[in-house]
Amino acid sequence: MENLQITAARPEAALLDLPWNVALEDWPTDVLAALPRGISRHVVRFVKLRGRVLAVKETRDHYAFREYELLRRLNKLEVPCVVPVGVVTGRHTEDGEPLEAAIVTEHLAFSLPYRAVFSKSLQPDTATRVIDALAVLLVRVHLAGFYWGDVSLSNTLFRRDADQFAAYLVDAETGDLHRELSAGQRMYDLDLARTNIIGELMDLAAGELLDEEADEVAIGDALVDRYTELWDAITAVESFSADEHWRVDERIRRLNDLGFDVGELTIVTDIDGTTVQIEPKVVDPGHHSRRLLRLTGLDVQDNQARRLLNDLDAWRAATDRLNDSEQLVAHDWLLHSFEPTIEAVPRDLRRKLEPAQLYHEILDHRWFLSQRLHRDVPMPEAARSYVEEVLRHRPDEQAVLGLPPERAYEAEVG
Amino acid sequence: MATVTFDHATRVYPGTERPAVDQLNLHIEDGEFLVLVGPSGCGKSTSLRMLAGLEDVNGGRILIGDRDVTDVQPKDRDIAMVFQNYALYPHMSVADNMGFALKIAGTPKAEIRQRVEEAAKILDLTEYLDRKPKALSGGQRQRVAMGRAIVRQPQVFLMDEPLSNLDAKLRVQTRTQIASLQRRLGVTTVYVTHDQTEALTMGDRIAVLKGGVLQQVGTPREMYDAPANVFVAGFIGSPAMNIGTFDVKEGAALVGNAQIPLERSMVAGLTDADAGKVTVGFRPESLDVVPSGTPGSFQVQVNIVEELGSDAYVYGSLQSDLGTGELSAGDSDQVIVRINPRDVPMKGDIINVAIKAGHEHVFSASSGNRLG
Repeated sequence: MENLQITAARPEAALLDLPWNVALEDWPTDVLAALPRGISRHVVRFVKLRGRVLAVKETRDHYAFREYELLRRLNKLEVPCVVPVGVVTGRHTEDGEPLEAAIVTEHLAFSLPYRAVFSKSLQPDTATRVIDALAVLLVRVHLAGFYWGDVSLSNTLFRRDADQFAAYLVDAETGDLHRELSAGQRMYDLDLARTNIIGELMDLAAGELLDEEADEVAIGDALVDRYTELWDAITAVESFSADEHWRVDERIRRLNDLGFDVGELTIVTDIDGTTVQIEPKVVDPGHHSRRLLRLTGLDVQDNQARRLLNDLDAWRAATDRLNDSEQLVAHDWLLHSFEPTIEAVPRDLRRKLEPAQLYHEILDHRWFLSQRLHRDVPMPEAARSYVEEVLRHRPDEQAVLGLPPERAYEAEVG
Repeated sequence: MATVTFDHATRVYPGTERPAVDQLNLHIEDGEFLVLVGPSGCGKSTSLRMLAGLEDVNGGRILIGDRDVTDVQPKDRDIAMVFQNYALYPHMSVADNMGFALKIAGTPKAEIRQRVEEAAKILDLTEYLDRKPKALSGGQRQRVAMGRAIVRQPQVFLMDEPLSNLDAKLRVQTRTQIASLQRRLGVTTVYVTHDQTEALTMGDRIAVLKGGVLQQVGTPREMYDAPANVFVAGFIGSPAMNIGTFDVKEGAALVGNAQIPLERSMVAGLTDADAGKVTVGFRPESLDVVPSGTPGSFQVQVNIVEELGSDAYVYGSLQSDLGTGELSAGDSDQVIVRINPRDVPMKGDIINVAIKAGHEHVFSASSGNRLG
């Protein structure tokens, strides 16, 4: 008989603690963190393992290895996606009956499934923000040469990213990495995304989980528009006359504003040199987060980084340090503004949101307080007020999964 | 419904020299179930994706009916990829799960219901239409997924290894279901698999590809009885055909101690490149066990006997005084002989076998193409 085998990039001895000799759908509730909602092709469970939350999915071994490898490569390409932990093969029951292989991924901390995003937030523009995040993800995935094959809200996780969401790819099962995607592959992905999103929203509506005003088809169409807009802004070839050199800088600035850095730009002039054509060849997302990382060592999402950088600029002006080096000021800002603010939040409440998201919300709260009190509110005061007025009443978002395991039986029987 | 035509369709990936699909010419009839089969990297999935519009066509063209779709967007080709999306929506009824794509397209309600009911009838889902998918079994859920494609009434169904992530039992079950469903619907279907058994059992016709080049297209029977070359001969059939290359002497191939007479036209067809050799193939069931000394017989030493109840197979090695020729079936490096399961030799025994008259397949040793 084949022996149990764990294939992982790092040694993961703790994985041996899980009951691999039991079919996943029969795993005891004491190892489960939650059951996923919705109906999927494969059995999926979230498990607790020494303080971590892992997602386990059963599938045939060839597919488990394939998806593991794809997720590793996507991680290397810096596509926002879940981190694969390993593949478990050679599983058998006590009686020697073979069991399917399992792929294990790390649960993305502070991420929200779309059902949670829609059911929690009553803000009218939630749908727009979710769609924007998915459009950015799809563009990033396509720039990396990944054909997804089954884009949907349920194959995506969302993390708060300042006042936006950042989307992460969860399921790479149907995808393929290519050198470059054809227009057909991109269009098919986009069309399927539209159909799936509308279907998923119709499902939420049928379950009375969606705002009655929401127009499912319009939201699906918005994805197509946003994607197309973003793709064109990033990849379009632009022509102008040779004396408009400033337009090269302008294009780069526009891409920076969209959160992309230009790694390579092709500039072609025609024979008599009267017109110039530019085409971005290599663009890297994460413009603001890279800048913040360089300055402060903080590794956060792009919109959070943008917000923090704005605050850094404001702090620099307020502390009259415009002539000091940016690096030096950033270091002091981290020490005197960012860290004390986060530390002002009681430890037990910090798991509710990521630090960068906390800081962003405290900045928002400070603005709101200042409006109310008609004066400048310092960060320590804003932080105290935010904790009491807002954070205490917020749900814990470190691990928002599906149904609690106690309700597992109920869910199965339905 | 429509025909599908690949007309010299070619796909070259950027940065590669050899085309992934090279000048594919294939005409698929209206309502036909065509299976593209071959080993990994043969170009079968690429061909399907070219038809779907997911791969650029670098040369030639693709037609659906009389319409050239070479440069048409995937969603405007009137095709459906089946099984891509198996996620069912828990709050929606089975009927809504099947018909939601029509709702998105703005199809009138009454027409949606009618199409859903028709599909449900074919799929044996009528009584479940107003229930939630949670109430369905795994197989029924899969049929709902098929229903999604059916209600769209596309011209062509495309299926890319749809059974590959099912377990063995469900795979055989679903294989039969898809084949009979396709026949009932009569929708032109192109199906990709690496599994020749799946191809033989499902397809009206099979197209075998290797290295981006179409090797042969025909009915399962034609492919089995008259493989066009050594590759198809070895690829189609399970257990695989015994194939070896042997010296030709006085109009006969020397297989072990036997002389297998060749037709005059085959001998005449040999060229200098063949260097006096010929490739001969025969299926495990094309051998008879005969008394020793029977003319045209050769000896096989039994290495192992595989008993399957209704059938039994000997896996053995060709015995030869002359030491000429290598003979093996598939990846096994052994000769396979189907024998009477009620009269089974022991390991180590030597059996005498002869090829049934006319059941040998003869190929050019140099080109691998069928002779005669």
